[in-house]
Amino acid sequence: MTDAYNFAYLDEQTKRMIRRAILKAVAIPGYQVPFAAREMPMPYGWGTGGVQVTAAVLGRDDVLKVIDQGSDDTTNAVSIRSFFVKTTGVATTDKTVDATVIQTRHRIPETPLTAGQILVYQVPIPEPLRFLEPRETETRRMHALEDYGLMHVKLYEDISKHGHIATTYAYPVKVNGRYVTDPSPTPKFDNPKMNNSPALQLFGAGREKRIYAIPPFTEVVSLDFEDHPFAVQTWDNDCALCGATDTFLDEIITDDRGSRMYVCSDSDYCQDRQAEGHQGDQSSSGSGAAA
Amino acid sequence: MNVSSSDTPLLKAVGVSKSFGGVLGCRNVDLDLFPGEVLGIVGESGSGKSTLLRCLSGEHEVEGGHVHYALRTGETADVHGMGPAQRRMLMRTDWAFVHQNPRDGLRMGVSAGGNVGERLMAIGDRHYGNIRNTAIDWLEKVEMSASRIDHMPETFSGGMQQRLQIARNLVTRPRLAFMDEPTGGLDVSVQARLLDLLRGLVADLGLACIIVTHDLAVARHLSHRLMVMRAGEVVEAGLTDQILDDPQHPYSQLLVSSILRA
Amino acid sequence: MYVAVKGGEKAIDNAHRLLAEERRGDKEVPELGTDQIKEQLGRAVDRVMTEGSLYDPKLAALAIKQAAGDLIEAIFLIRAFRTTLPRFGYSAPLNVENMRARRRISATFKDVPGGQVLGPTFDYTHRLLDFALEAEADERGDAPFPTQTSAEVIDLPGNMPRVLAQLSREGLIEAATPGTDEDTAEVGDITRAPRTFPADRDIRLQTLTRGDEGFLLALGYSTQRGYGRTHPFAGEIRVGEVTVEFVPEELGFPIEIGEITITECEMINQFSGSATEKPKFTRGYGLGFGHVERKAMSMALVDRSLRADELGEARTAPAQDEEFVLSHSDNVEATGFVEHLKLPHYVDFQSELELVRKMRAAVDAAQDNQTDNIEAAE
Repeated sequence: MTDAYNFAYLDEQTKRMIRRAILKAVAIPGYQVPFAAREMPMPYGWGTGGVQVTAAVLGRDDVLKVIDQGSDDTTNAVSIRSFFVKTTGVATTDKTVDATVIQTRHRIPETPLTAGQILVYQVPIPEPLRFLEPRETETRRMHALEDYGLMHVKLYEDISKHGHIATTYAYPVKVNGRYVTDPSPTPKFDNPKMNNSPALQLFGAGREKRIYAIPPFTEVVSLDFEDHPFAVQTWDNDCALCGATDTFLDEIITDDRGSRMYVCSDSDYCQDRQAEGHQGDQSSSGSGAAA
Repeated sequence: MNVSSSDTPLLKAVGVSKSFGGVLGCRNVDLDLFPGEVLGIVGESGSGKSTLLRCLSGEHEVEGGHVHYALRTGETADVHGMGPAQRRMLMRTDWAFVHQNPRDGLRMGVSAGGNVGERLMAIGDRHYGNIRNTAIDWLEKVEMSASRIDHMPETFSGGMQQRLQIARNLVTRPRLAFMDEPTGGLDVSVQARLLDLLRGLVADLGLACIIVTHDLAVARHLSHRLMVMRAGEVVEAGLTDQILDDPQHPYSQLLVSSILRA
Repeated sequence: MYVAVKGGEKAIDNAHRLLAEERRGDKEVPELGTDQIKEQLGRAVDRVMTEGSLYDPKLAALAIKQAAGDLIEAIFLIRAFRTTLPRFGYSAPLNVENMRARRRISATFKDVPGGQVLGPTFDYTHRLLDFALEAEADERGDAPFPTQTSAEVIDLPGNMPRVLAQLSREGLIEAATPGTDEDTAEVGDITRAPRTFPADRDIRLQTLTRGDEGFLLALGYSTQRGYGRTHPFAGEIRVGEVTVEFVPEELGFPIEIGEITITECEMINQFSGSATEKPKFTRGYGLGFGHVERKAMSMALVDRSLRADELGEARTAPAQDEEFVLSHSDNVEATGFVEHLKLPHYVDFQSELELVRKMRAAVDAAQDNQTDNIEAAE
């Protein structure tokens, strides 16, 4: 690490301020706590909220994993991981099981999280009601009064138009029976993993200056109707590399004639399975996937 | 009609006063409204009747006096003393507020069914099929075709929008409705149909209403009792027939004669 | 196969090398020094300092060089650097009346105590490209620069009272601090506390000062074109140097810690009065680091528009909408979120793709059904 900056970039006062916000967020699950987000050396919208939360919780003995779209090797994950390596010198890993802190954008790892782990989400728009009501003064009042009828009106409109709820990611949840909360733009496939997770889930929105949290073992319910229950996405394909049938699959276009293959979005999970000997239909040619 | 079905008023206002930066809104208004009773508030524009309506419904703070509402539980609540959560709860369950301009009372970006269903969802109804059936039921009650359920309010005529607003408000079977010039922006022929519809609904539901209008024909058609307002004060109150046929106050006489002339 | 997903680390390294190469440009051309930027691209430096919220011309020049002239990128660099600076405290309020002004104009009075001083301005230049500037200075044989005699006159503190103070004495304009509870409340700090709505004027002004010049310019312009008219007059604009004072706790009295250049604009706006108040003029205020006249004027227009509620005016136009204006004025926030669309969204897109396919299949199925029915009926 370089000496020009404090451990994890932010000064201790700022980290303390963020920790206070996190504590409040943990005490009121799903409630968006305003915090004085700082300008970070990466752009807003690229994970500044998650980076500040991670910076505030990271200790010297932590082992950090950073993923974007489920993968450790996407450019922004690489960039954020190298930022923390440079400013903290903490150990990093690709292995979900080895990590104590996982910063993520858009996915929850397939490997179940365990007690003691912290999952830090990067959040672009923390307000689940924002696209129904643009005004902060009004959405805060709606949360305060638990006035969530409008959220269900949106789901009602989906069903009346499409025959089913047409929200596929950032699918709203109710946390601890009280606050309607945005799970960040993770696919709804991941929503069930949030429920009663043994890990602490922290959400940071830098540009919008909000932190919220789901403490371990907290009920997280995806909003739905009794006769149109919440359901996750399913695929007609298995993972082409590891043969998994129960993971979120990325579609990879393999040529310009419309050929495609489906592979696990969680690259660590997929590699583990391949190492254990699981195979998909293209795994023979795909064993050395890294180019 | 069951005007005196109860001895306790549903809504009781005592000495209600309100001004805006020195400009008088209404002064020292008393009223009792009993379950199932329809009270008309008449006067020309600027007489303070809309201000009074908003004071009674708690939307405006009052500077003097108080308004009490008899809850379903049997308790009485101070409309201005209750918290915003309780007021909002009343507004989506036991109360209705019908605006003159349906755009103020509807969600224009939401289908007819969603508009009618919102109150149900707000109070916890979570069965899509039931919500939809109730919405269809209410569209029919306000003489709209069930086939319009997925259409946007924008595609409706003014009269239909107003009926949709009424359905959206009455779906939770409130006991009290505040109406501000409910037939205001409509053609005369459309008005007549809406008045008949309203009169039928009010009677069927045993709904108590406070209707603000400058139109004495509307007042005569709907209300059991009338209050005449002028310059923020009530100048005369009594049974509708009595006031329209034999007004005592010079201003009431003027009002009545102007409509008779017209 | 699967190549696109891998190799992020190497790709980033290469991108950074290419960027450095592009920034340097043709090596035959001498490299630009930050002192050259500071001295010769002063308006760019001033904008970066103002919107970067950090007064340091040297660092701003460095940021502009590093950003290859992309000013929003430079502002971003300054902001990120600013985050890491320790905070000693807040300076005493600037005494702008004692400014050593290089430029000071009023559009409301023909002459004012202290005089109208045009100073360095583009205002009355003809916008003709000066091809002589293409040549080196010694080849051109420039005439010597003028010495500004009037500047010496107004260099004396107290010789240049504020224009608006004259109106104030007659009670024709509102007091500089509006009579709200802001008088007693501590001044906020948007870099240390999250913004909440409704926001007080101190918070609004801070947000506007670091707000994007182009955004505020367009908003201010819209008020002039009828979207929330405020009938503005440029009461006074001044550019010059002011002393910064700081009161160390252990001393208890102010000490001078330096001098900065600022631009200040005080707008005079109409107000028709209300039931309780006589008609009088109102104020809009703009301030920025360095010479940033366009910014200060735009800010003053928008500041005045945002006071609609306080002055009992109907809020009908975008410039009067506090949440809209304050939430979207910061170009570092805006550029980050707009440009984040470049980040991978495979997962969200995959979900949407799957949904659209499903919905299309449902439509196809319905049509097939219909065809079947028609066939059956035939």
